[in-house]
Amino acid sequence: MRVEEHPILGEMKKPNVVEIEVDGEIIPAIEGEPIAAALLAAGKSIFRYTRKRNEPRGVFCAIGRCTDCMMVVDGIPNVRTCVTPVRAGMKIQTQHGLGEFGGPLS
Amino acid sequence: MRETEFAIVGAGPAGLSAAIEAARAGVQVTLIDENDKPGGQLFKQIHKFFGSKEHYAGVRGIDIGVQLLHEVETCGVEVMLNAVVWGIFADHTLGIIHDHKNLHLKAKKILLATGASENALAFPGWTLPGVMGAGAIQTLVNIHRVLPGRRVLMVGSGNVGLIVSYQLLQAGAEVVAVLEAMPKIGGYGVHASKLRRHGVPILTSTTIKEARGKGKVEEAITIGLDEHWREIPGTEKAYQVDVICLALGLTPLSELAWMAGCQFDYIPQLGGHIPVHDANMETTVNGIYVAGDVSGIEEASTAMEEGKLAGIAVAEALGYLSAAEAACKKEVVLRRLDELRSGPFGGVRKQAKEQLHQQRCSQ
Ligand code: FES
Repeated sequence: MRVEEHPILGEMKKPNVVEIEVDGEIIPAIEGEPIAAALLAAGKSIFRYTRKRNEPRGVFCAIGRCTDCMMVVDGIPNVRTCVTPVRAGMKIQTQHGLGEFGGPLS
Repeated sequence: MRETEFAIVGAGPAGLSAAIEAARAGVQVTLIDENDKPGGQLFKQIHKFFGSKEHYAGVRGIDIGVQLLHEVETCGVEVMLNAVVWGIFADHTLGIIHDHKNLHLKAKKILLATGASENALAFPGWTLPGVMGAGAIQTLVNIHRVLPGRRVLMVGSGNVGLIVSYQLLQAGAEVVAVLEAMPKIGGYGVHASKLRRHGVPILTSTTIKEARGKGKVEEAITIGLDEHWREIPGTEKAYQVDVICLALGLTPLSELAWMAGCQFDYIPQLGGHIPVHDANMETTVNGIYVAGDVSGIEEASTAMEEGKLAGIAVAEALGYLSAAEAACKKEVVLRRLDELRSGPFGGVRKQAKEQLHQQRCSQ
């Protein structure tokens, strides 16, 4: 969910909304925001599955330290989505294990 | 190899303040940060700061951040962003990855203002999506304006836990409870009573036992603790939540100080292993300084003052300030630090800091 109104921060500035593709589905995102923020706003919580036990992981630290939020972004695996800004047309995939290079490119 | 007079690692409140202070005195400053924007964690702090007037009391972290960035821009500091410092070598050289390229930067003096990282807690289900650090919530909600869930259980009632709970309410989420393993609330009464007025229960002697859910957090199980920290069977309670937020304190990010060979002391009140430093913020390694959370977990306000101290000390050591000028400037800063470290919470930190300084002096 987006926080449109806020008692301290005020109303949200008019954002530049673009589209990104997540596992083949098009979702709206704000240009320049971290990919992770766009995904959480769209209600996505699982970002990757672990290599050994196939367990789901999502955002944990949101500042680039823990690597829980890694996904395949434009064909590059292990991208920390919490510190990678959105660009229009990005193609993002849920990562399985260590991920693989390749996949869809924007 | 590139060279500079004063390299600062970390552009948070401590690093920014040091950069401004030193650059104003005429020092050539290079300020390095791994993020794409300077400011560290200041921009997620939308609450008003405590302290005296000179101390930005009543001003929000976010506004202080804007002001510091403006000053850094106008006083000629070189700011290097997206730059990860991966190593520090004996001759005051930093190894830096900048824009996917490796470079070396040699400095006469180095300030490590690397801050801290959040402590986690392992319990069954803690890796489920929806279990997050309090800093993560602050970043998402206050900077990016995205709520990662609607119903939140907060673990930890220190100032961060209390403040972030309140910020969650401000953003429109529901906080079902704040848990505290200790028998009493950890943070300031002001923050706690704000929550209580909003009907948020703060449950002392209670901790998280388990997070449950299919693919993400759906339920949290809490449990009561006795005076020996043992779980009391039968006191489990279930809460339907989609976020479990961990606010369990911070640990200094001191890797570079270890690598540099600084001497450490273990001081639990300051967050663990702390590089021993003197009143100038200089460590046991000549020319290497620390300031902010890496030199002991405190607050943004103390971090800024410590940064100033380091900036003044470096300017003095490089000959840009006379001993008299520096002494006069330091005195002002030290007085403010003293004010900030008063009261029952600050007093403990003051004592701990003095312990560190004494160690450095006795060497
Ligand atoms: S959530 Fe920790 S690195 Fe992105």
